[in-house]
Amino acid sequence: MSRTSNRLLAVVTAVVLVSTAAACGSSGHGSTKGAGASGSSSSSGLSGEITVYAAASLKKTFTEIGTQVQAAHPGTTVRFSFAGSSDLAAQLQQGAPADVFASADTRNMAKVSGAGLTAAAPVDFATNTLEIAVPPGNPARISSLRDLTRPGVTVVVCAPQVPCGGASVKVEQAAGLTLKPVSEEQDVTDVLGKVVTGEADAGLVYVTDVKGAGDEVEGVEFPESTAAANTYPIAVLKSSTNPALASAFLSAVTGVQGQRVLASAGFTKAP
Amino acid sequence: MNPAGRATRATTRHTTPRLGLPAWVFVPAAVGALFVVLPLVAMLTRVQWRDFGALITSESSLAALELSLRTATASTVLCVLFGVPMAVVLARTSFRGQGVARSLVLLPLVMPPVVCGIALLYTFGRRGLLGHTMEVLGVQVAFTTAAVVMAQTFVALPFLVVSLEGAMRTAGTRYESVAATLGARPTRVFLRVTLPLVVPGLVSGAVLSFARALGEFGATITFAGSLQGVTRTLPLEIYLQRETDPQAAVALSLLLVAVATLVIGLTRGARSAL
Repeated sequence: MSRTSNRLLAVVTAVVLVSTAAACGSSGHGSTKGAGASGSSSSSGLSGEITVYAAASLKKTFTEIGTQVQAAHPGTTVRFSFAGSSDLAAQLQQGAPADVFASADTRNMAKVSGAGLTAAAPVDFATNTLEIAVPPGNPARISSLRDLTRPGVTVVVCAPQVPCGGASVKVEQAAGLTLKPVSEEQDVTDVLGKVVTGEADAGLVYVTDVKGAGDEVEGVEFPESTAAANTYPIAVLKSSTNPALASAFLSAVTGVQGQRVLASAGFTKAP
Repeated sequence: MNPAGRATRATTRHTTPRLGLPAWVFVPAAVGALFVVLPLVAMLTRVQWRDFGALITSESSLAALELSLRTATASTVLCVLFGVPMAVVLARTSFRGQGVARSLVLLPLVMPPVVCGIALLYTFGRRGLLGHTMEVLGVQVAFTTAAVVMAQTFVALPFLVVSLEGAMRTAGTRYESVAATLGARPTRVFLRVTLPLVVPGLVSGAVLSFARALGEFGATITFAGSLQGVTRTLPLEIYLQRETDPQAAVALSLLLVAVATLVIGLTRGARSAL
């Protein structure tokens, strides 16, 4: 082929590379760096920084708790990597350096503790239950889980392989219903997205997702949701280079202030 | 290929002297090649061959593979149907704003696939730009296999347009002018002269489109959803399997690579036979 087409090919290649890089960059690994100055140690004796690997559903609450920890211990920095629990567990198993891991379910925490990566037994710090999310105005007039089985109602749920989908199966069994979803999504964000855009009449998501979405969706509670409460465990990791600050962060999450932050986002206290 | 095409090739070959390459280019070339090949090798080392057969022949895997092949083929056909005329217009005409038009057509190349999915949703979704019109017509694409094909066509179309436009510019208009002077009508010139001259470009464009459609993930999951046998293509199945069964995900990834390699290999074989 001639020069013109080769040049075009070069342009295409460059463009594809750039777009791939952009896509990679936009995946959910946003790390939040606090305002803490490095070096100077505080009166509590804590200093330095830690990296917390936390489930994506904890982004808002953990960022707030992290800021509180930094304020309480000047000179410390708490960084976060938020992603799906199974992604984080896989990264930890491959040797990613982190100090704390907080999972959205016990299964992924078990993977990490089972591999001998946790410094102590994981602590359960919150639970989350399901709620029906509907577009604003509730066009399909959904008021119960049974309404989701009505013909003509498009329902979207999480796939049974992911935590929110496992919870959906449990509530279906508890209610003695079988949903016929038009789509089984990869994660709760995708379910919420289909409801927000009005593509679906209803979706099963967590209470905290409905709260976090603000006016974009409405929540419909249902009694069967108690059949599937998801437990969130947290643990300090063996590989931590700053176990003192890591423990302080864990205490902040399980402490009064942290629990208040979690409760206001819709989480319930772990039993 | 027609005699005219063969003649051009022969002349080109005759007049182009063999070029010597500077020795240093081989170093970055080798590094680049390693960068591409090593991850594939790493994947191969993770495959548990004992269970490989069972993993790739499970019901959900076969459903995903079949759906992927069906949708990627359909979107390649659509890419050719729409992409060929688009490439012709871009290569053979000049109009105001052509540069802008070309950039717009190529835009899906630089957009993250998820953004493509969102854009499609805002256009063809229930509450999208054309949502109302489509509802009146009784057409609903959300959560259907058609939505998968649309997502794949959207992201794959620029590949066909770019390679074909390049091929057409390279081929030049000499033979077309001659044919027109001899009294051939535009349609006849297009079908008998223009297209045969760019068959290699068309084939490589179609292969690129097919490969892109086969690997499509972001736009599909955003626009079409994910349901076994309906919208869950092989890449979506791989991503889901990873949650519970990483071994199955690795096995399916290898299957996807094998299918893609096979398609590219076969087309290459067919192309050199032309």
